[in-house]
Amino acid sequence: MQQDNWSNVIKSKSTFSLSSIKEVWHYRDLLWMFVKRDIVTNYKQTVLGPLWFFIQPILTMLMYVVIFNRVANIQTPVSPVLFYLSGIAAWNYFSECLNKTSSTFKDNAYIFGKVYFPRLILPLSIIVSNLLKFAIQFSLFIVALAYFVFIEKAPLQPSIYILLVPVLIFIMAGLGLGLGMIITSLTTKYRDLTFLVQFGVQLLMYATPVIYPLSKVSGSRLEPFILANPMTTVMETFRVAFLGVDKGVFNWMHILYSILITLLLLLVGFYIFNKTEKTFTDTV
Amino acid sequence: MSDTIIKVENVSKQYRLGEIGTGSLSHDLNRWWSRLRGKEDPYLKIGETNDRTQKGSSDYVWALRDINFEINRGEVWGVIGKNGAGKSTLLKLLSKVTSPTIGEIKYKGKMASLLEVGTGFHGELTGRENVYLNGAILGMKKKEISSKIDEIIDFAGVEKYIDTPVKRYSSGMYVRLAFAVAAHLDTDILILDEVLAVGDASFQRKCLGKMNDAASNQGKTVLFVSHNLSQVQGLCKKGMLLENGHLTFAGDISTAISKYTLSGNTNNLVNVSAIPRVGPRADYFQITKLQLRNLNNNEEYFEVDTIELTITFESKRQIEDCVIAFSISDSLGNILIDCRSTENYPKIEVLPNKQYTIRCELPLPIKSGSYQINLGAASFYGILEYVPSVTNIELLSKDTEDNNALYKPSVGMTIMHPKWQLINN
Repeated sequence: MQQDNWSNVIKSKSTFSLSSIKEVWHYRDLLWMFVKRDIVTNYKQTVLGPLWFFIQPILTMLMYVVIFNRVANIQTPVSPVLFYLSGIAAWNYFSECLNKTSSTFKDNAYIFGKVYFPRLILPLSIIVSNLLKFAIQFSLFIVALAYFVFIEKAPLQPSIYILLVPVLIFIMAGLGLGLGMIITSLTTKYRDLTFLVQFGVQLLMYATPVIYPLSKVSGSRLEPFILANPMTTVMETFRVAFLGVDKGVFNWMHILYSILITLLLLLVGFYIFNKTEKTFTDTV
Repeated sequence: MSDTIIKVENVSKQYRLGEIGTGSLSHDLNRWWSRLRGKEDPYLKIGETNDRTQKGSSDYVWALRDINFEINRGEVWGVIGKNGAGKSTLLKLLSKVTSPTIGEIKYKGKMASLLEVGTGFHGELTGRENVYLNGAILGMKKKEISSKIDEIIDFAGVEKYIDTPVKRYSSGMYVRLAFAVAAHLDTDILILDEVLAVGDASFQRKCLGKMNDAASNQGKTVLFVSHNLSQVQGLCKKGMLLENGHLTFAGDISTAISKYTLSGNTNNLVNVSAIPRVGPRADYFQITKLQLRNLNNNEEYFEVDTIELTITFESKRQIEDCVIAFSISDSLGNILIDCRSTENYPKIEVLPNKQYTIRCELPLPIKSGSYQINLGAASFYGILEYVPSVTNIELLSKDTEDNNALYKPSVGMTIMHPKWQLINN
């Protein structure tokens, strides 16, 4: 009598299949718990509480205005306040996602060593909880935008490309998640890469038009490299969408390129992550 | 007809010893190269049996080797074995924390494992929030937890503190709450790793009761790993014995336990000289050997058996008023019995460079459990030597036909056989 209706099989080799996605769906409540945990515990026992979500980007923006605009004299197509706020919100979202997911295995080794749940839940929860932070920082930008449009009467004309915002968010989240999953998988055994990641993200910021407009490098030898960075398009499109078509560079091919890179990184990321999660507790 | 719920086939698990560095990188490259050529992993062929006491020559070790077994629905299995025999590795494989190097594990239905209670508890969150978080980590749905939350809080007995961050909890409350979540898991298979060794005695009893209930009334399948043989004996019907990564026995629990105790866990002859001790006079006095024997001619030790201790000692100097002592303590370190040779020999005169042997016969009126034997010696001027935890002794309870707990002594630390007389008038 041989029954073959085993509901689960644990094997040595990983199988990447639809069932792992179904499993993540089954654990969706856990995803929300982690998101809630991240947000609630972040500012417990602080007096200002969630206000820190605002203070941080405002201070960063002020610093950028002083250093890059006043001291380094980098010209921005719109008021530097608006220019940096949009850049900071978007860049922070991407870099936080990347930084946090790239240490998923290391940070959660203890939990992972004690109980099983689809490991993918944790990086996903990071993406989601940071999305909230992004929304807060972005709303700050919107408030500033409204001030400049209605009070200062600045010539800003949000464009139809605003409809692309969900796509931009997908690209940022996907890039952060995909890269993060690849890095965390590669660093479980050999930690060398972690050192590279830390300043790599910082360096990457300068290869992205966060503090300068893309137009500043147009025609220079640097331009192809900066355009090769999929985050470049995100930054520029954000500005085009909210500040006006003349305030940035928009190109459908660039968008398509970024989407393709994102999908590729996500696919590779899922594959490597899935392969690593099986035995990483032995090597972490 | 038996209904197999877990099937483990040819499972082996290999671990790499030592540090991860450039050495392991060269192995990894080697492995990758042979996989590229379509060959077998070269490091799977090597590897030694897992015996932690011997230094091996290979960097690889088989924590588990060729494990095969089947478990039927509703059975409660105890997994026993020495430290490092592979018990925890087996549980880790079963609970998917890590995956086997070779082989397959199949199971039906929902499985939950508790390798620890309170995994994922966050100190900043309140008790209630943690119940939700921990429950979700263990695989429960939010709705499920909501429907059980009152029951869980009640079981843990921390109602007053449920909306306080758990970092303010006493360690006992923390553990009670954590276990309460686990106890209300609704799964077909439950895997437990010594998690019952928490909380105070009354809470432990509550947990055991809950587990018994899960197994016998709700038809859950339970796998339980513990060093506490009497707990295993009380809870499980079936047992498997792991030795150095091999499954040496799987069958009924009493056979498993007796094989285990015979396999050298309770060393009958202990080389005391090798055990660290407190020895203010270690330069000239030493207890060298302890021999244990069961005078009831059982191979295992049961409650109320009479044991015989033979203690060998020697001194380089003359001692005129030596006393030899031993004590028996429980796993928490409470001393239950303290015996001294002054009972029969007020003073033992010890001549230099001669070996002495003293024998003591003692009935053990203590409840089943795991106990430690400690040895000591003193003279008029002070302690000569104190050797704690010389050996372990596992006392088992005698199986009685009547399994109803109400019909046999179940609380207290000692076992007495008083004389009763029913007077009809």
